[in-house]
Amino acid sequence: MSEDTVNTNRRYLLLATTGVAAVGAVGAAIPFVQSWQPSARARALGAPIKVNIGKLSPGELLGPLPAWRGQPIFVIKRTPDALAILENELEKLADPNSLDSDQPEYAENLHRSRNPEIGVYLGLCTHLGCSPKYYGAVQPEAFESNWKGGFFCPCHGSKFDLAGRVEKNLPAPTNLTVPPHYYESDTTLVIGLDGQVA
Amino acid sequence: MSEVTEKGRLVSRAMQWIDDRLPITSTFKEHASEYYAPKNFNVWYAMGALALVVLVIQILTGIWLTMAYVPTAEGAFASVEYIMRDIDFGYLIRYIHSTGASAFFVVVYLHMFRGFAYGSYRKPRELLWLIGMAIYLVLMAEGFFGYLLPWGNMSYWGAQVIVSLIGAIPYFGPDLMEWVRGDFVMSGITLNRFFALHVVALPLALVGLVFLHIVALHHVGSSNPDGIEIKASKDENGVPLDGIPFHPYYSTKDFVAIVVFLILFCAVVFYAPEMGGYFIEKPNFEEANPLATPEHIAPVWYYTPFYAMLRAATFPFLGIDAKFWGLIIMAGAILIPAALPWLDRSKVSSMRYKGWFSKIALMNFVVAFLVLGYLGTIPPSPIATATAQIMTLVYFGYFVLMPWYTAIEKTKPAPERVTH
Repeated sequence: MSEDTVNTNRRYLLLATTGVAAVGAVGAAIPFVQSWQPSARARALGAPIKVNIGKLSPGELLGPLPAWRGQPIFVIKRTPDALAILENELEKLADPNSLDSDQPEYAENLHRSRNPEIGVYLGLCTHLGCSPKYYGAVQPEAFESNWKGGFFCPCHGSKFDLAGRVEKNLPAPTNLTVPPHYYESDTTLVIGLDGQVA
Repeated sequence: MSEVTEKGRLVSRAMQWIDDRLPITSTFKEHASEYYAPKNFNVWYAMGALALVVLVIQILTGIWLTMAYVPTAEGAFASVEYIMRDIDFGYLIRYIHSTGASAFFVVVYLHMFRGFAYGSYRKPRELLWLIGMAIYLVLMAEGFFGYLLPWGNMSYWGAQVIVSLIGAIPYFGPDLMEWVRGDFVMSGITLNRFFALHVVALPLALVGLVFLHIVALHHVGSSNPDGIEIKASKDENGVPLDGIPFHPYYSTKDFVAIVVFLILFCAVVFYAPEMGGYFIEKPNFEEANPLATPEHIAPVWYYTPFYAMLRAATFPFLGIDAKFWGLIIMAGAILIPAALPWLDRSKVSSMRYKGWFSKIALMNFVVAFLVLGYLGTIPPSPIATATAQIMTLVYFGYFVLMPWYTAIEKTKPAPERVTH
């Protein structure tokens, strides 16, 4: 009987020691895990940039620019015809009203931007982060005979319209991300900041 | 005469002195001169030894490459060019290393196929099989981290795509992705940590796992093309009747395989180190450009079957979006061979005695693997995607239907003793 008591005590001691050691091991892992987070320098490099869009003509693409945390940014100027397509051709799109997609509040509209003419998009496919290519014209392309203009990702074949909205049944789950942006003047676009609410 | 015996006595006394302190002789006996391997091995059984040779080649050339390589975003690409152009035989050491990576996967895939065909994964070799699977996973990670290091444009975007896979995990994905990269994009920070993993962490893990793999193998004994246990029939000394000592019989036989292998290996290193873009892809001769994805992006050939399956997921299903399905299917395809010991319910191990269902399923699996491997190298198109979807089903069918087809099919009786 006395032997049983001893063994039970030892078992509790063993459990308690193991428990404390496990807590210690988790604690010791924290600095190692945490050191993998973006460093202070990496975070500081994410400053906003200013872009002059005065010379951008309709249908043209500016970029990809190394803006907003070093990620490629597309700035496009849309023609009136393109804007009409954005408002009317919705049946092929997976998320035409951008309900599941990532954009600031002021871009929650059919053209997904502050200014209907100018689109500002993060040039990384929401599928696996390749940079899509710009095919701005309404013309048959190798990947789509009935192409209405937009972006095509060469990696996995996702198609986006000129508002960065993805077509249905393609690998990309959501529309292209819209980075925070605002207009300092008619020709100066700031990417990376929301600015004053217009 | 007396001088010879005198010298012999000295050597044996020296050996005895060591053996009293380090069990060299007994270890050599246990793992080589008195390790009994089945006498009916065929060429498929040389792949393990070849994998070991490639591991040594990779470690050796890897150490030498580290001596001149600079793991920074600014210096990496230039340092690889420096190795290629300015260092005496630098090009050779790098090409041996890059060819070695592909050779590793060639022999490992053949080694695994041997296991599929002869039932090497079956009881009592389940743990041996699982350790092998762990080696395979570490090897895939090693290849992936290593591929970023030249900092070419394909390195960059290939790594971007694979790291983005993590982002498909619901809820934690995006934060986890940032944690792995250590930045908001793939950057020099990512490169530096991939370098540390590629040259220190994973090689240590690999060597440790290979050691365990061999210990487990020598504990349960080698399987053979008949899939029967040679330990079931032993002579009066406990030596398997169908076994022969690994050394000298198989050590010499393996050397023949190694010589043939090295001839082929050198032919590639000297005459086709890029292998037409399959071993080193063309966009990788351009420095990484974080703003422009190469026109056509494809991983190195040894990942393409899984990459094709990833791309085959194009529609949401059961409330899970296509992107996460891609990750699930890809991870599932890589991991599912680990379940083989518990999926195979046949009375016999070897394909020699299994029925037609097993033979057809294995052939289908090989065809699916090769077709997917090809599809993973070409740009996406509707026909390619549809083919990949069918082949993905065939690939998984081999595993998922195995408990059924191995249980109902008519098998041939396996012999008592090995045939050769």
